[in-house]
Amino acid sequence: MTYDRNHVVLSVRDLSVTYQAERGRVRAASHVSFDLHAGETLALIGESGCGKTTLNLALIRQLPKTARTSGDGVIYTYRDGRQADILKFSDREMRRYLWSECSMVFQGALNSLNPIIRVSDMVYDTAKAHGIGRDEAHKRALRLLEQVRLDPARVMRSYPHELSGGMRQRVLLAVSLLLRPQIVIMDEPTTAVDILTQRSILDVLKQLREELNFSVIFISHDLAVAAEIADTVATMYAGEIVEIGPVNEVFYRSRHAYTLSLLNAAPRLSAGAETLESIPGKPPDLIDPPSGCKFHERCAFAREVCSQTPPPLITYDDEHQASCYETERVLAQSEVTRKVAAP
Amino acid sequence: MTPIIELRGVHRTFVKDRQTIPVLQDINLSIEPNEIICLVGESGCGKTTTGKIIAGLLEPSGGEMLVEGRPISSYSGKERSALRRQLQLVHQDPFASLNPAHTIGDILSFPLKRHKMVEGSAGVRRRIWELLTMVDLTPPGDIVNKYPHQLSGGQRQRVSIARSLTVQPRLIVADEAVSMVDVSIRISLLKMLHELRDRLGLTIVFITHDLALAKYFAWEGRIAVMYLGRIVEIGRTQDVIAAPQHPYTRALLAAVPEADPELTRHKHMLRLRSDDIPKLTDIPPGCAFHPRCPFFVPGLCDETLPHLTAIPGAAQHAACLPLQRGEALQEAAKAAASGYAG
Repeated sequence: MTYDRNHVVLSVRDLSVTYQAERGRVRAASHVSFDLHAGETLALIGESGCGKTTLNLALIRQLPKTARTSGDGVIYTYRDGRQADILKFSDREMRRYLWSECSMVFQGALNSLNPIIRVSDMVYDTAKAHGIGRDEAHKRALRLLEQVRLDPARVMRSYPHELSGGMRQRVLLAVSLLLRPQIVIMDEPTTAVDILTQRSILDVLKQLREELNFSVIFISHDLAVAAEIADTVATMYAGEIVEIGPVNEVFYRSRHAYTLSLLNAAPRLSAGAETLESIPGKPPDLIDPPSGCKFHERCAFAREVCSQTPPPLITYDDEHQASCYETERVLAQSEVTRKVAAP
Repeated sequence: MTPIIELRGVHRTFVKDRQTIPVLQDINLSIEPNEIICLVGESGCGKTTTGKIIAGLLEPSGGEMLVEGRPISSYSGKERSALRRQLQLVHQDPFASLNPAHTIGDILSFPLKRHKMVEGSAGVRRRIWELLTMVDLTPPGDIVNKYPHQLSGGQRQRVSIARSLTVQPRLIVADEAVSMVDVSIRISLLKMLHELRDRLGLTIVFITHDLALAKYFAWEGRIAVMYLGRIVEIGRTQDVIAAPQHPYTRALLAAVPEADPELTRHKHMLRLRSDDIPKLTDIPPGCAFHPRCPFFVPGLCDETLPHLTAIPGAAQHAACLPLQRGEALQEAAKAAASGYAG
């Protein structure tokens, strides 16, 4: 996959999200910054509770009301070059932004579809809310449903319960593209589907991306899916991006101990007998996170400084960033254990 | 050695809306003591039903199950309840399978007392300590008075496993036992199951839809691949993974993404003839996989039901007629060869 590195669609700058809980303030996302380019697929990886979903919801301003978002902005660049800060949008501007500029596909397709209306009505309603007529919407939907390898006429007439899980997920994918957004945000779109269904969703997604060239922000706890479809991978831990870089860099030349630990815990089918290790302990309490590097208590590489001062995010070659004091040792071990497979 | 479990021609049907649904058909499977066997397949393939039958929670509708070489029907009532204890099931969801109103100590003490596994309350306490230590929930004193909601998913699953061990089973059926816990801690649970097996001489039936996990867990054991209520391939894990025979197994292995970018992007894909999974109420004649199979041989696969037998040149058994005739699948599928997308 190649994408346009000169064309940034979404620039997230120092974004933080906190919740007020009874025990104190939960720092669910801290100082997150990244650029999403046109046509780029960014995968967010990490354990549950590391802030992936919080970050995604913040990007579409769909966090619960108890959440406070702060930072230097989430700057979106329209197709005509105009720029706007999503965090400053009025509700009306936000509604216009969603679906037209940025759409979402969530896990559990059944929950995202209205059970009592046909797919066709969902299409017309979505389009109408954004000023697109029924005929145009119908035409676009037929084409998109075909692109996701469904029988357009049949699916348009169907109610959600008449479709299988994999079909529903593909319907959502098609509808998410109806208004030709530049960005699609996906939260675990292939979790809880069967292997062959997952395969067809991934294939369809890859093909659509080539044909329509949208950008994707993709959350997955499944490293294999990230390895397959991401251009860029960001590892999140305790609400922070601790490592981000091109997919091959992050997988074969990991620079953060947490990324390396995640990879060492993931079984691979074609790897023969494997020595795998779980990560000890559990993700930290975000109300009272550990000092220094938040991963240090679980980290096999940790030394004294790790528990004292938070490591800065440093940029290495090829736009690879990581915040780890032991990055050289991590890198050396990563290169030994994760050799690039011969294609 | 006498197999601990033997399924002979086991069928199982369920009735729904006055329709009889054949969920399992003609399952023949024998499980050796201390073995690890994985049942893999997609939803609706019958792997959970098979697991429940093995654990004694469901009766076969036809065929029979032998435990230690004796048909289960020949066990007396008393013997049966002893049998129940020997065969335990660990559920998938540790959030639903532990009673939220009971402490971990209570949860573990009920079966110990009910089945009189130990003498007196001091004995119960000692045994609970032992069990919690065995599943690495240490120090046990920190755990016994907690309620399930105070534990993480991984810890709860350890409690579930400890509970299944209270009655000193010989076989454990672990049904998707790690799929609800985070990837980062799955391996430690699997390692623990391995250790328990070695230490207690357990037999483990591991049910999963995750092939990479099955491969890791059952590397020294066997894998049975199920499709629409039948076992379509069975053999040593290393053989099944390295040289899958049945087209369905091949399709599954080809479809799984790998946590390795170059590898996963250059995998050879097998394109199926159809993405639609037939309904159990309308299973295709002949080989149930034929409408989707890229190697379909008309007049053979759609007419004759294949049985699970040895495949020439392969170490494992598979239910595929062209393979059983010794034909190489690529040749058998000349017409569909264009479906091989690389």
